[in-house]
Amino acid sequence: MKEKTLFDVISPIMVGPSSSHTAGAIRLGLMAKNIYSKPINKVDFTLYNSFAQTGFGHGTQKGLFAGILGYSVYDTKIKNIFDIVKDIQYSFSYSEDLTRHPNSVDFVINDEMKISGDSVGAGEINITEINGFSVNISGNYNTILLMYKDKPGMISTVSKIIQKENINVASLYCDRNEKGGTASMLIALDAEAPDYVVNAISEIDDVYYTTQIRKLDV
Amino acid sequence: MSITTFDELRRICLEQNKTIWEITQSEESFNSEISIEDVRKSVLKHVKTMQETIQTGLHSNEKSVSNWCGDDTEKLIKRFSQKGALFGKLYEKILMYALATSEENLRMGRIVACPTAGSCGIVPGVLIAYAEEYNLSEDEQINFLITAGKIGGIISNKVQLAGAVAGCQAECGVASAMCAGGLAQTMGGSIDEILNAVALAMKNLLGLTCDPVCGLVEVPCIKRNPILSIHAVSAAELALAGIESKIPVDEVIDAMRQTGQLMSPMLKESSQAGLATTKTALKLKETLF
Repeated sequence: MKEKTLFDVISPIMVGPSSSHTAGAIRLGLMAKNIYSKPINKVDFTLYNSFAQTGFGHGTQKGLFAGILGYSVYDTKIKNIFDIVKDIQYSFSYSEDLTRHPNSVDFVINDEMKISGDSVGAGEINITEINGFSVNISGNYNTILLMYKDKPGMISTVSKIIQKENINVASLYCDRNEKGGTASMLIALDAEAPDYVVNAISEIDDVYYTTQIRKLDV
Repeated sequence: MSITTFDELRRICLEQNKTIWEITQSEESFNSEISIEDVRKSVLKHVKTMQETIQTGLHSNEKSVSNWCGDDTEKLIKRFSQKGALFGKLYEKILMYALATSEENLRMGRIVACPTAGSCGIVPGVLIAYAEEYNLSEDEQINFLITAGKIGGIISNKVQLAGAVAGCQAECGVASAMCAGGLAQTMGGSIDEILNAVALAMKNLLGLTCDPVCGLVEVPCIKRNPILSIHAVSAAELALAGIESKIPVDEVIDAMRQTGQLMSPMLKESSQAGLATTKTALKLKETLF
């Protein structure tokens, strides 16, 4: 578990009215944008449970949308975001699923990437799933995400590349769809990895996809 | 070195003969790999934002989306300009500042979540009002906020600070406890007095539900902020008299967590019960949007 810092408690500096439903929503949107990391022209949002029931009054939809567009949690323009931004296609749907966190959302971006996340309180978030793979991303660390063919030795091959740069690994998380199938690896780092490190990882045999997900500034 | 209980915090403070804020700023500096000076600069930025929010809030009467709230600070200022409050100037300022901050929050204005946005008025109400009335230096204000932040941090190791998870006891309740501790520190309290202030504030808010009318952070959230900032002052005053919480603060937090778990989801930010489903609330819902 991540250690709570002082500024997890007396933060963020944000637009109201709710840290879990407004700031958390903005940060989830920002994180989804960072993960997708390509231009976005269509987003379909599904809100669950408390997000679905009380989101409107907390500006949750405005927050999720503003986050996807890259607005900071303290930007007072968010209040009027739907009047300001007209050139992105979007939809909102609402669902109840008690197996999920009370404040939970799915993003489907450009019909090609599905990202799920929770707002876990006090503006803190957790990205829980990317395209069906279970993940665990708080947005507090630069994180390398890779998808690869499930086979022995991949963790050590990747960690050797990172070790050469003397970057400390804060956490490591793997998942796979089936033995020998597609696997995912998440490496949270104490520093940002240079592009050539990410490129070197992407050139490993049987690595399908590599990206560095930037941590959130706020 | 991560301090996760109040008992541990107390032991370290006594062993090293240091205050909560001294321990915390060192810990923060170590964990975030920035200097203590930069930690304090960042805390000061939060204090300044609190001041700005209060100033904006004191001069606004803009209504919320629902059109129910937004002009109460104005009413309070008017009242106090005609007839001073029973408990004097500091009391007036605490109420006005906490309310002004909460009203800025409902307008989607800029605030400091402390620990959450719904509870953002409580700590600044007391901190900024006390700082003005007692001429606190910037350093003393920073120490107040670091102390309050550490208290919230320890609680959040056990309970997620979200109404949807543990009810309002985990939002306004924790804010009031943080504030009581911060104030007790600033008023010269010992570590035991500070922890008793936290326990007393928290203990008297156990079971506080989160049942906002129509899901808006308005009713009852806004007015709860000024009222619970005064609650924090009461807890600090009792504790500074040497009055002890018979249940130690860590156990109070355990009780708070358990109470949150036992609380029905209908009373945890889902607006399915309590104030949110009263006859008047349902009528208000029909008029909304």
